[in-house]
Amino acid sequence: MEDNTIVCRCSDLTLQDVRDLINKGYTSFDELKRISRIGMGPCQGRTCMQIVLRELSIATGKPISELSPGIFRPPVKPIKLGEIARHALEGGEVNHD
Amino acid sequence: MIKTADVVIIGGGISGVAIAYNLLKKGVKNVVVLEKDYLASGATGRCGAGIRQQWGTEMNCRLTKYSCEFFENAKEELQYDGDIEFKQGGYLILSSTQKEHEQFKKNVALQNSLGINSKLLTLDEAKEIVPFLNTEGLISATFHQKDGHLNPFHATQAYADAAKRLGAQIYTFTEVTDILVEGGKIRGVRTNKGDISTNIVVNAAGGYSQLIGNMVGVALPVFSERHQILVTETVAPILDPMVMSFSLNLYCQQVPHGGFVMGRGDEGEPRDLRITSGWHFLEEMTKTITRVLPPLKDVRFLRQWAGLYNMTQDRQPIYGPIDEVEGFYLAIGYSGHGFMLAPATGLIIAESILGEAASLPATELHLNRFKSGNLILEPSVV
Ligand SMILES: Cc1cc2nc3c(=O)[nH]c(=O)nc-3n(C[C@H](O)[C@H](O)[C@H](O)COP(=O)(O)OP(=O)(O)OC[C@H]3O[C@@H](n4cnc5c(N)ncnc54)[C@H](O)[C@@H]3O)c2cc1C
Repeated sequence: MEDNTIVCRCSDLTLQDVRDLINKGYTSFDELKRISRIGMGPCQGRTCMQIVLRELSIATGKPISELSPGIFRPPVKPIKLGEIARHALEGGEVNHD
Repeated sequence: MIKTADVVIIGGGISGVAIAYNLLKKGVKNVVVLEKDYLASGATGRCGAGIRQQWGTEMNCRLTKYSCEFFENAKEELQYDGDIEFKQGGYLILSSTQKEHEQFKKNVALQNSLGINSKLLTLDEAKEIVPFLNTEGLISATFHQKDGHLNPFHATQAYADAAKRLGAQIYTFTEVTDILVEGGKIRGVRTNKGDISTNIVVNAAGGYSQLIGNMVGVALPVFSERHQILVTETVAPILDPMVMSFSLNLYCQQVPHGGFVMGRGDEGEPRDLRITSGWHFLEEMTKTITRVLPPLKDVRFLRQWAGLYNMTQDRQPIYGPIDEVEGFYLAIGYSGHGFMLAPATGLIIAESILGEAASLPATELHLNRFKSGNLILEPSVV
């Protein structure tokens, strides 16, 4: 049965999409991320990561603790380019909105 | 794992899979690709994946023209079930110095003589392509519509899938730890998963190519340098071409998915295989890009990462066999343009291994050019 539960709201992937990719032979979060953009949206995987790792764990038989969640890349929260440039030119605090 | 192979390719980036595909297409049966991580985990999956035919030497124009035409037909040729996302929105290359402007005139004349329909543009004409371009401090631009960019993961996967269909064995998470050489000839490779005997090894290890050279006892004249890059949130399409400038040190594209991908090269980047992210890059990048493309001020930066350029003295790749070890081939040292060369790389190395006549002009790219001093003078390289 198709499972159309949305796993990644940023990049619009369902549980079925994730399972199909795992069936194609991808065995790590990093690979899934690169091929499908899962976890590449504004939330940086905070929503989808645990679900994807659980699916990978089921498929590979490895416990979640042995699966790599990939690398958390800067920034933690999206910032406007203009804000960073302003900060670089004038100094002062970076405004996160 | 397989025990013997006709050819072992070290590296599962775009070069490795393109070489494998070309060998199989030419009828070589037993081709193995070894990748220490997953496919495209090196520079390939970290790059801008831009492809341009606007070069300043005949050789580079011809190699990239070949590659570009390959990618135009890649979906059919490789029968990929996904999308390689080739967006041919052109490259708009900006000049900001008189010297650069003079060079661009020569480049366009050369390109046009080779069937590449690039144009030298006034700044008003450039603004017809990118209306919000801030032309302050600029002199002119060149544009070629057929240039563009691709999705590097899918392009790699497309080649890998096609190669596998023809019989390639691709082992990921398999690291080459040594190469066995006897009497000056390749005899096999050692991996963390066992040995494979072979008479031919291709070094397509990207930023790690010098370490592979060490395994056969040859000090290759290459080094690796970190290059950083960032992506923004997804917004509605406003930018068709890749915008780049040598003198302003920037490139920026809006990928079909909607995010802007942009990068620059910093002086003094580490050369020790480090690929961490730095704050200096981010500041310099945002300063330049918000000046040249002002609407980007309001776009949010999402993620920053880095990859390795494998560099040679003339910033051009090294292709082909070497005199010191029989059966050892190089496909390395691309500086910042190994992605766009990949279709050419695949053909050049396959023909070289099989001893076939060369279809593309790449003999100048042999390792021996560093011994003879015949370096390639490409004026328009990053
Ligand atoms: C930020 C950035 C932007 C770029 N932008 C562009 C661009 O717009 N256009 C363009 O054409 N080029 C660009 N480049 C350059 C381009 O990415 C590279 O030239 C190209 O991807 C090289 O491909 P490759 O397959 O040769 O190397 P890689 O993709 O680096 O592949 C080499 C592989 O070898 C593997 N490997 C290494 N050692 C071993 C070992 N011992 N055993 C097994 N496997 C091993 C690595 O894991 C790696 O996956 C850019 C590069 C960077 C870093």
